[in-house]
Amino acid sequence: MTVMFNVRSVVWALVIVSLMLLPLYSSVSGNIFILTLFTRIVIFALAAVSLNLIMGYGGMMSFGHAAYLGIGGYAVGILAYEGIGSGFIQWPVALLASALFALVIGALSLRTRGVYFIMITLAFAQMAYYIASGMARYGGDDGLTIYKRSDFGGLINLSDRTQFYYVCLACLFGGIYLVWRIVNSRFGLVVQGVRSNEQRMEAIGFHANRYRLVCFVISGMMCGLAGALLATNTDFVSPSIMYWTRSGDLMVMVILGGIGSLFGPVIGTILFLVLEESLSQVTEFSGIIIGPLLLLIVLFARGGIDGWLGRLRRG
Amino acid sequence: MADPLLSVKNLSRRFGGIVATDDLSLDVVRGELHAIIGPNGAGKTTLISQLTGQLQPNSGSIHFAGRDVTRLPAYRRSALGLARSFQITSLLKDFTAIDNVALAAQAHDGHSFRFWGNARKELHLRKAAMAAMERVGLGQRAESIVSELSHGEQRELELAVALASKPQMLVLDEPMAGLGVTESARMVKLLRELRREVTIVLVEHDMDAVFALADRITVLVYGRVIACDVPAAIRQNPEVRRAYLGDQQVVTHHG
Ligand SMILES: Nc1ncnc2c1ncn2[C@@H]1O[C@H](COP(=O)(O)OP(=O)(O)OP(=O)(O)O)[C@@H](O)[C@H]1O
Ligand SMILES: [Mg+2]
Repeated sequence: MTVMFNVRSVVWALVIVSLMLLPLYSSVSGNIFILTLFTRIVIFALAAVSLNLIMGYGGMMSFGHAAYLGIGGYAVGILAYEGIGSGFIQWPVALLASALFALVIGALSLRTRGVYFIMITLAFAQMAYYIASGMARYGGDDGLTIYKRSDFGGLINLSDRTQFYYVCLACLFGGIYLVWRIVNSRFGLVVQGVRSNEQRMEAIGFHANRYRLVCFVISGMMCGLAGALLATNTDFVSPSIMYWTRSGDLMVMVILGGIGSLFGPVIGTILFLVLEESLSQVTEFSGIIIGPLLLLIVLFARGGIDGWLGRLRRG
Repeated sequence: MADPLLSVKNLSRRFGGIVATDDLSLDVVRGELHAIIGPNGAGKTTLISQLTGQLQPNSGSIHFAGRDVTRLPAYRRSALGLARSFQITSLLKDFTAIDNVALAAQAHDGHSFRFWGNARKELHLRKAAMAAMERVGLGQRAESIVSELSHGEQRELELAVALASKPQMLVLDEPMAGLGVTESARMVKLLRELRREVTIVLVEHDMDAVFALADRITVLVYGRVIACDVPAAIRQNPEVRRAYLGDQQVVTHHG
């Protein structure tokens, strides 16, 4: 029996194992910076995975996904500020608030298609940005410092760098697993069918927008979770996390890695943030490199890096 | 002829200055195969789209199985048992053939807010889909991606998708458009079998097929019904001959 395996699976196995062993490397080498960087990467990867669910599988080009980062982050931040420190309250509230926001935004914006959808999701996210800027009690433009991380009893200690990293990683893997289940479920087939041919799906009996909306809400909740993690990671949340350029970054991460691929967004995020980090040492205009890179990938590697890996085979 | 399954009354639809459906009334009786013919641009597709809900009429009413469906969206009409095929093939191009058909079966098998189980492993859906595929002669092509199927196979798949929802009424918009001779013959044979099981509204330019299959024929010209009768009478109808049948130039075959 010949074992066929492709480059893509090998790369994926390597990425997963490396992510799992990273804290070990960090403590052995004494390189704390790399653990900090990769905690951030893992969190953003979760956000990218959530965006990929609606963008890649659902065909909904949301340009306002960073809003959920803010909502999840502010839910944790505000509750902490008001003296509610339990994670068992903070985190469900973060998820619920994101779901509610997604429900309202989705119900309104899913009436539109194409460029209008992009613009209206962008507009709503900017609205959230300005609302956060106006919340004087919670720091307004300057943001809100979180003095105490969520308390999960004796279960986990989020203040421990390694434990927190593994919590983030578990959320990422959990998110990917969830997307994988969804994509192959009845619901997932309907959502992908609507992306492919909405008229046909309506004609065979599916209320397309209802399925789209639920997908939109699931994605928003997942990104809200990423927001809660992100705020915890920096012990800080500010409106800038919701700024439209952040939404743009998330889109770039997804497209870079491979839109509509299960793992693509993770590699897109790693590449994007590592590039951004290394270029920021050289120039403050990292976009000068990332922009053209993205253009090349869109032009020559359809399906992003993951799509390109999938075409490289070896026996 | 009692018990019309479909009853259209005074339907009108305009596109700017063009009246594509002009005060049109039509009854389709349960169990019949009702053909609709007419020259290019007569408004056949426009009529069908209003029947199945892709297009809203400006005025008039449509009743299906005793219910007023005039303002119902397409997915609700599908749930009532109204299935259509499209003149210009409209499929999920990046899905496999059997996925296309299984989704139609899934749409009529409870809700699809199921997020966990693998839908492709639901045997009853796969079996229903496979049965419809075999019915139209596509059993061998089940796992092919739609965009890799030939034009003729895609036309057959259109029909399989419509069949998989187990409809009360099939509305077929030129199922034979662009088919070769053998494929056409196979389609006629299939329609002959199907007409015993389900009420069919058939729009078709292939006159041999229409006259061989239809119980009744409605002739449309400029969005108006100029005749509605059994095939023998339609053949003799002087107005039809003048407006349509006599002038074979306008009876073009698509493809
Ligand atoms: N979406 C639309 N916008 C504007 N005009 C339209 C539209 N759809 C159809 N029409 C016009 O309405 C008339 C009827 O078109 P329709 O497609 O229903 O004809 P048909 O009988 O199906 O023709 P064919 O035999 O070529 O399929 C035509 O004059 C057509 O140009
Ligand atoms: Mg037509």
